[in-house]
Amino acid sequence: MSETEAPRRPLLELKQVTKTFGGLTVADHLDLEVNEGEIVSLIGPNGAGKTTAFNLITGLYRPDSGEILFEGRDLVGLPPHKITQLGIARTFQTLRLFLNMTVKENVMAAAYGHTKSTPFESIFRLPRARREEREIAALAEEKLAFFGQRLAGYRHEQQAYNLSYANRRRLEIARAMATTPKLLLLDEPAAGMNPNETLELTELIGRLRTEGGYTVLVIEHDMHVVEGISDRVIALDHGVKIAEGSYDQVATNVLVIEAYLGLEGAASA
Amino acid sequence: MDTGGQIPEVPGRPDERDRPRVGVDEWVASHDERLADRAGFGKLARWIDARVPPWARLLIFTAFAATLPLWMSRGDLFVYGIFTLIYILLGLGLNVIVGYAGLLDLGYVALFGFGAYFYALLDSPKYGLHWPSAVSIPVVVVSTALLGLILGVPSRRLLGDYLAIVTLFFGQAFVVFVNAANPRNLTGGPNGLADIDPNDLFGYELVTRKQQYWFILGVTVAVLVALYFLSESRTGRAWRALREDPLAAEAMSIPVNRLKLMAFAFGAAIAGLAGCLFAAVLTAVTSGNFALPILITIYAVVILGGIGSLTGVVIGAIVINVSFQFLAPENSQVNARILFYAAVILLLALGVKPLWRFALVLGGAVVFGFAAHAIASASSATWTNGAVVEGGRLAHLISDWVIIPTGHERFANAAYIALVVLVVVVTRIRGWLQTALLIPTVYLTAVVWETSFVEEPAVARWILFGALLVFLMTVRPQGLLGTPRVEIV
Repeated sequence: MSETEAPRRPLLELKQVTKTFGGLTVADHLDLEVNEGEIVSLIGPNGAGKTTAFNLITGLYRPDSGEILFEGRDLVGLPPHKITQLGIARTFQTLRLFLNMTVKENVMAAAYGHTKSTPFESIFRLPRARREEREIAALAEEKLAFFGQRLAGYRHEQQAYNLSYANRRRLEIARAMATTPKLLLLDEPAAGMNPNETLELTELIGRLRTEGGYTVLVIEHDMHVVEGISDRVIALDHGVKIAEGSYDQVATNVLVIEAYLGLEGAASA
Repeated sequence: MDTGGQIPEVPGRPDERDRPRVGVDEWVASHDERLADRAGFGKLARWIDARVPPWARLLIFTAFAATLPLWMSRGDLFVYGIFTLIYILLGLGLNVIVGYAGLLDLGYVALFGFGAYFYALLDSPKYGLHWPSAVSIPVVVVSTALLGLILGVPSRRLLGDYLAIVTLFFGQAFVVFVNAANPRNLTGGPNGLADIDPNDLFGYELVTRKQQYWFILGVTVAVLVALYFLSESRTGRAWRALREDPLAAEAMSIPVNRLKLMAFAFGAAIAGLAGCLFAAVLTAVTSGNFALPILITIYAVVILGGIGSLTGVVIGAIVINVSFQFLAPENSQVNARILFYAAVILLLALGVKPLWRFALVLGGAVVFGFAAHAIASASSATWTNGAVVEGGRLAHLISDWVIIPTGHERFANAAYIALVVLVVVVTRIRGWLQTALLIPTVYLTAVVWETSFVEEPAVARWILFGALLVFLMTVRPQGLLGTPRVEIV
């Protein structure tokens, strides 16, 4: 990868973002930057505020203070669907698929934001509605084809609840891709996957950049995945950024080890 | 032990060779279907789903429905034909709100009432307005849709039970407004509005039942087609997505709040349309037409048919309306009686297995009945002198089988209590004793029916109707044509 070349403009910028729930500060003057074409990993122990950062970026939470800029545009206060339409799509750590819809429909539903036909056009099958329907179907097939045989063939017509756990994770990614984003936020995409599937996923995240052209911000606990994919790693603890840099830099950072293992562990490490 | 090398694979039975091997992906994928097949009706539902395309279903329905006026009497066409179509329309509208968007709206029937009343105001001597239907129906439909929007506003923040309570309040408020508030005698109070004009097709008034029926059938088919296209569009998918997971839908670029309101507006528009047609065929509306029982019936239509399925709504409406009208108090009680005994026998056939045990119970009940009747009549004539309601061959048999004393109010109450006790006992025990006790239980069921319920057709109607619903929903919780909904926690 050529990520060390001339500086690119940041695609996503969090500036001094703070969010508290009652007395609990879940994001504390958080600065975060993702450049176009980068794959950035967000790590940290449980409760560090990683998913909170995602929720702040996608508009599910509103920050108490600070700015969130996407392509230079402030996202604070926009409803989540608007933010997605601007080009940020996410997956959910807890898997929130549309379970009682088919696999293909799951992906097609996510195309809502960039299609325009009104209900009346759909009812009377006017040209625009018909054209968009064809495009949505083609888009869904294209995004599902990204996963090779995993989500192919008869699986298109299967209900989403029928899928295996790993396949549900894949479908989450396919669905996010169908919103035609520039930036993909993946929340623990390897959770619950076996070693083979994890390896496959590592490869897939690479392909998301090379073939899909997406910029990726990923939360991940599996350090092999983080090592395999990241241009840059950012470590959080208690809502504070404690380290940032290459994988090796962050993995050997004293603060990071301390956050994961506690003070004693850090001393003996 | 030497088996002589490779053990040859046992060839499967001919009908199993083409099936996927147990455990492979295709087998796992078809697991749900195999489970559904066990429920009997599931096979038929899936067959319809897979083999009969939507246009063919519509064609079959339309072709069948179009022949009704050719062989039905005027009265039957009204209560079976027209009412079923109105139920279909109402079910379709509710299906948009509850089935597609998943919003529990208990004020739906008020929208239907609003449409009917508004049409009545525009097309009756009340204010001397006799607008042509080509104007009044669109006006009513659009206004009802707007009212639906207002009703939908709480859904921006409320979901599930909370939304249900708020909308239920709206529904009850409508009845009170129409019935009691009645500002400036706008709604006619308890008397309602009368002498409503029939619908007209560009000046041609639809006065006969046949014309009205065909007109409503045309409207219903048009709504069915429209909803089919809508449900297969981006809007339909977005509705279903928000039903499944509003948060994920919002994160996937779907403006959830706007779509909720849209669902309310569409459902309301269809309810308003149904209201126009209903008011026109009935020629009078009163608040009682739009109270809770109708709401429950519409919900039954949607739930029984299978939430979210257009075909399901149509079938649900047919099943509900036909069975309900079939049990109407004006109808002969023979209807209700046949249905009752058929239901008892069916229930026994399903619940008492194996077959010989079922035959034993049924035969035992018959013998037990004649014996009990003989003993009772031998001891005192007054025990068996009570009259069987209505004649017919069945009644003749029953009068020799069931003990009906003269002046039997207290006897009926005692029998009822005894039946409840017996049912409780029978469900608690097992084995031979249960089989033996089932015999008097079945007989006592017949006694209670003949002495208590047959005489009160209105009560019997609701009890049988309720029992039918409970039975159908227990056998097939997802509705006749619905697919079971799965939650993964």
